[in-house]
Amino acid sequence: MLRSTRKKHAKSRRETKSSGILRAGSKAPNFALNTTPDQKVSLHDFHGRPVVLVFYPADWSPVCTDQLSLYNEIMSEFKKFDAEIMAISVDGIWSHLAFSKDRKLTFPLLSDFEPKGRVSQDYGVYKHGIGECGRALFVVDSRGIISWSYLSPDGVNPGADGILSALENLNNKTKS
Amino acid sequence: MPQSKTVRKTRTSDATVGEYESPKLLIPVTIERDHVEGLSNAPLTLVEYGDYQCPYCGAAYPEVKKVQKELGSKLRFVFRNFPITSSHEFAEHAAEIAEAASAQGKFWKMHDFLYEHQDLLGDDNSIFACAGELGLDVQRLAEEGMNSTYLNRIKEDFNGGIRSGVNGTPTFYVNGTRYNGSPLAKDLLEAL
Repeated sequence: MLRSTRKKHAKSRRETKSSGILRAGSKAPNFALNTTPDQKVSLHDFHGRPVVLVFYPADWSPVCTDQLSLYNEIMSEFKKFDAEIMAISVDGIWSHLAFSKDRKLTFPLLSDFEPKGRVSQDYGVYKHGIGECGRALFVVDSRGIISWSYLSPDGVNPGADGILSALENLNNKTKS
Repeated sequence: MPQSKTVRKTRTSDATVGEYESPKLLIPVTIERDHVEGLSNAPLTLVEYGDYQCPYCGAAYPEVKKVQKELGSKLRFVFRNFPITSSHEFAEHAAEIAEAASAQGKFWKMHDFLYEHQDLLGDDNSIFACAGELGLDVQRLAEEGMNSTYLNRIKEDFNGGIRSGVNGTPTFYVNGTRYNGSPLAKDLLEAL
């Protein structure tokens, strides 16, 4: 019963994907973004492993803080799938560093700062006029293909259930 | 939030969100395992995933009490553990103490005490002194609380919560659907 309920739930979530956000089956656009003032992280660096990309509107905002603290708390769950998680916003690197230190985050925050929002635009989650990215999640498989994406309503923390279901599905595909 | 509001349209200027369906509670409430306050067959169910050290949970505590008072026998309230240990260093230990109190049939007394005395978290001597006044066997409580006797249960609650879409604390489920509104009594009552 639990499994069937989960499948139904997963389906309802898939149906909420937007027309703009990159969907499952698309190649994940590569990027190289700063995670410290002198260190960049590239999606290609993680080729061969699943990657979870968390786009969020802004450092320090209450919902983002809850969302990232939750992911921080369940890092061991992501590790079970050998998945790397990284979060992306348009904030500058110094804000990221202070935010990460304050919240004791153990995964990298990437700065989509210059050109502003370029990577967010590539993934179809940038909000022009507001100048932030939407609250969006992507699971990228070991070949660099998006296997799941989800755009959450503003102000709603999407939690981690969708990510973990997507990673499980990836695992099952790999095994079969 | 009323049931009708759990499906809604939300738009951003570029990225567009379609119909939104709030997550469902995937671990059903069971009288045998859950901490249930109120009649077990009450028609309305409010489930909270909470953290004893979370200030927002502390603020929600009296609101839930108001809801319980208002709805009386129509409501059963269920509490499950969701300690965010990276932010709240005493939360998991507090949950262990509450579970140890549950083993002596006094879960709700300890649950209420901890939320009414969040400032005491981390000060076991004070908590245990008060536990004696609540009628608990303090030595047993301390042993079980210190020996992580109920840690697995707490982790089960936490993992079940993650799968049900718990996204922070407190997270409420109103009749099996995640509630995304404010934890004020008037809003919870409207949703119920």
